[in-house]
Amino acid sequence: MSAPRTAAPGTEPVPAATDAVRTPPPPLNAKLAHRLLVDFVADEVKKTGVTRVVLGLSGGVDSALAAGLAAEALGAANVLGIKMPYRTSSAESLQHADQVAERFGIESMTVEISPQIDAYFERFPDASASRRGNKMARERMTILYDHSARLGALVLGTSNKTELLLGYGTLYGDMASAVNPLGDLYKVQVWDLARHAGVPHEVVDKPPTADLWVGQTDESELGFAYPEVDRLLYAMIDLRFGRDELVAAGFAPDFVDGVARMVQRSQFKRKLPVIAKLSRRTIDRDFRYARDWGL
Amino acid sequence: MADRFTVALAQTKPHLGDVARNLRQHEEAVAAARDAGANLVVFPELSLTGYHLKDDVPSVAQRVDGPVVRRLEELSRDVTVVASLVEETSDFRFFNSALWIEQGAVRHVHRKVYLPTYGMFDESRYFARGGHVRALDTGFGRGAMLVCEDLWHASTIYLAALDGALFVVCPSSSPLRGVSEDAAQDDNARFWELITRAYAQTYGIFVVYVNRVGFEDGVGFWGGSEVVDPHGRTLVKAPYYEPGLVTCEIDLAEVRRKRIAAPLLRDEDIDLTLRELTRIRHGAPR
Repeated sequence: MSAPRTAAPGTEPVPAATDAVRTPPPPLNAKLAHRLLVDFVADEVKKTGVTRVVLGLSGGVDSALAAGLAAEALGAANVLGIKMPYRTSSAESLQHADQVAERFGIESMTVEISPQIDAYFERFPDASASRRGNKMARERMTILYDHSARLGALVLGTSNKTELLLGYGTLYGDMASAVNPLGDLYKVQVWDLARHAGVPHEVVDKPPTADLWVGQTDESELGFAYPEVDRLLYAMIDLRFGRDELVAAGFAPDFVDGVARMVQRSQFKRKLPVIAKLSRRTIDRDFRYARDWGL
Repeated sequence: MADRFTVALAQTKPHLGDVARNLRQHEEAVAAARDAGANLVVFPELSLTGYHLKDDVPSVAQRVDGPVVRRLEELSRDVTVVASLVEETSDFRFFNSALWIEQGAVRHVHRKVYLPTYGMFDESRYFARGGHVRALDTGFGRGAMLVCEDLWHASTIYLAALDGALFVVCPSSSPLRGVSEDAAQDDNARFWELITRAYAQTYGIFVVYVNRVGFEDGVGFWGGSEVVDPHGRTLVKAPYYEPGLVTCEIDLAEVRRKRIAAPLLRDEDIDLTLRELTRIRHGAPR
């Protein structure tokens, strides 16, 4: 789902790469990736003894692709998309969510979040936009988990690799899920795969937005375009280019440093909370098991 | 010794840490292999336990004289079985081992010598390293077992070939990664398919490669098990990414034909290799 997002503290929008960059964009074999992700969803969901998933349907490309993959993996009847608009959410987003549900034949329902969000912020009227956005993301998370309990389903994640690396998501909000088929796909790869998977073109082609206020877009908020940052992240993370090599390859030094800082400062969002080690076996340090342990 | 035998590749999807369930899977696959006329059935690496065991390694470990292996020995009365598990020794070490089980008894244990511990792998943290690469005389002629990463070290198959192996059996848990090229499979699968063919032709040997499928914690295994003959031809290929059981006949006369045409192994100069290895071993640090 498209999420309320805030950049990591202390990071300002940074200038994007302008010169011709000599590293490749993240490649994708869409046909193979599609097949593998359908298999992944089927395998990782069913082995838990569950056959259904719920996900937030925002009208954006990420949740659209996740819905399509899940429908193929589990059968459309086993996928529930929940639209959770706030009163400022755009009508177009809701319409796109409906198009996605229709395209993949999944059931969808609407749970408005305005009453509880407004009731809460009546007590804190001075709350910033980012506090409001994070609160909405976490409200949506509780709704998804509640309906997953109602249906005996798992919550399907929709965070892509770009936003996970940049920390452009709300911890325990839109980042919360049981199974996430998109977490190793950069945004540009999500676009490619979404086209391949038959996501309606209006959904793929529109500018990504958290839809928190009118006219908001991810790229204006972040200060760079997804194709640029994905090319940088792919070289930095996947190809292990060092700072000097990235600059030599044509990325602006400020862009490299700014993005590297975002990745580093959001590391906490990709980890369990810090636990003080007291015993001989501490969870996740020397008590190590796969999540699929015994499955 | 039979010059011809039929091998079944049991491309399974093990359940992580559930030995009893995996043993039932072995029973079913052995029965299916027998029905398909196989003399030998080969399972993937850690076929009885699954791969990402981590701290579960001691809990799922089996003694070679224990009840699980005894059951596999019973299964091997009609069909020779190559199965793979966590082996616990009497001094409490744990090995990633493949067992050659023939006519009701374990004939050979290969303990994985190269334990990948880099990137996504952490095997040395949990397993002791094997210390031997040995060919063995089987009911089908001389062969050798190498487990997964072992075969990424050219030295292991070199030793197996010089030790007289006419075929190499390689149980594997090879994860898919790299979905970049416009190919029917991932980058890792294509690398494996390159080396199995190269080794088969270089040493005039059959390569029996058996990989697993399924996902563990999001890591998928690509399957694609196969038999490659000494000429580099694929005799049989299991599907990518899904379970399967395929069989094919191995005719060791092909080894003879290949080695007459290209006697590379005959010409291999072990003394030269030993001399140079000794020099390198005792020479200046690299």
